[in-house]
Amino acid sequence: MLTVKNIDVFYGDLQVLWDVSFTVKEKEILVLIGANGAGKSTTIKTISSLLKPKMGSIEFNGMRLDTLPPHEIIQQGIVHVPEARRLFKEMSVEENLIMGSLYGEAKIKRKDTLDHVYTLFPRLLERRKQMAGTMSGGEQQMAAIGRGLMSLPRIMMFDEPSLGLSPILVDNIFKIIKTINEQGVTVLLVEQNVWQTLGMCNRAYVLENGRITMEGTGKELMNNSKVKEAFLGI
Amino acid sequence: MEVFLQTLVAGILKGGLYSLIGIGMTLIMGVMGIINLAHGQLMMVAMYITFALSSFFGIDPYISLLVSMPSLFILGMAIQKYIMNPLMEVDSILPENQVLMTVGIGMVLTEIARFIFSSNYKSVQTSYSNATFFLGAISFSVALVIAFFIAIGFTVLMFWFLLKTDIGRSIRATAQDRDAALLMGVNSKKITIITFGIGSSLVAAAGTLLIPIYYLFPDIGGPFTRKAFVITILGGLGSTVGAIFGGITLGLAESFGATYIGMAYDDMIGLIIFILVLLFIPGGFKRFTKI
Repeated sequence: MLTVKNIDVFYGDLQVLWDVSFTVKEKEILVLIGANGAGKSTTIKTISSLLKPKMGSIEFNGMRLDTLPPHEIIQQGIVHVPEARRLFKEMSVEENLIMGSLYGEAKIKRKDTLDHVYTLFPRLLERRKQMAGTMSGGEQQMAAIGRGLMSLPRIMMFDEPSLGLSPILVDNIFKIIKTINEQGVTVLLVEQNVWQTLGMCNRAYVLENGRITMEGTGKELMNNSKVKEAFLGI
Repeated sequence: MEVFLQTLVAGILKGGLYSLIGIGMTLIMGVMGIINLAHGQLMMVAMYITFALSSFFGIDPYISLLVSMPSLFILGMAIQKYIMNPLMEVDSILPENQVLMTVGIGMVLTEIARFIFSSNYKSVQTSYSNATFFLGAISFSVALVIAFFIAIGFTVLMFWFLLKTDIGRSIRATAQDRDAALLMGVNSKKITIITFGIGSSLVAAAGTLLIPIYYLFPDIGGPFTRKAFVITILGGLGSTVGAIFGGITLGLAESFGATYIGMAYDDMIGLIIFILVLLFIPGGFKRFTKI
């Protein structure tokens, strides 16, 4: 469905991704794990076209994404829930959600999708008039996910959704991601929270220093001695 | 007491127009992160358009809003699209330095106006230019009252647009977090172009509304750019509600300064308030309005 082929990505002169290739299959949960600075966020920023690969290509159902400007990616059905939520802080929760549905079908179905998001996150319904910046971290993460859902995505990319949340909230967010996936949305998840994400995903890739070093199903990687050593400290 | 009330009324009426000037600048500031130092000069262009329509075709200044605002909307969009946006793509020019380009644009506009209309003072005399009416002992300038209410009308319309339409929301979103807005599909280049157009047409409205009560010469832009800058800082950079408070404050300051200190000092009072705000409430009125 989504194919990343041999991409090299630079920040200025500094190369951060070397020859990264992977595929995302329809309806699966795919996880990219890796330490801080391994290039996980860079990878999904490149898929979102915020960064351009110097080499290689990114294709979605046969269409080149890396040649599109960043604002056209969402219209292809790929939405990026950014690291640290990045809500519009001085807009209400509902306005933030509306911002997810500016174009095409999403705009036409805005009312229905809004109801759907509010059923998924009753808390957001309670807070719909509140300024997004004044909510707690967990609520902000829900709003960020809700905003992504408003675009009626086929692929949702999450960048560290567990960042800065308490363990209970993390469980909660992962459950929601699972539910979204069960409703037919393909998920690409980037996480440092290795144990939990390997447990819930179909497949995973390990990124180390900008290169993909391992791949496999969640279970395979969980039992892999190298992964255990590097990430789980066992 | 009467003098006090008279001064208060004059200050508020003038402040309404200043708000309109300030909102235009603060919108551009919010979305592009730079102060548009050609703002007063754009207003000057709108004033000359109004003057020309009036002296060559006898068109009433209020009706010429229908020409001056769309003209400046287009001029503003063209400036952003063909001059400012190409500049943003040059990595070696720091974003802060793009502001220098707006200074240059201001100069060019001023000299073009001087070339066409000469440096002489012009004014448009209408039947209501000097008309006044009285409420109790307080006199109201008819033209200023009309201008005030039209300015309020445009301000309300502007807020409706920013709060209730997708383009308006996209403008606010771009100002708050450009990358997140891009991820939501907002074409930020298009938004900067539209915003510059809107900012320019708002200041055009203010210029046209000032024509019946003000004189006109090519260098009138500079003082108004300064006023707009003061209003924007008073309001807290990028805050539209703050700009309204900033505009009213500056109007009142100038008005009270002129009455109680001396006509020649009205600019000085505005600048003193400006410095006091910078010293004691950095961040401007945005601290209190939160928007």
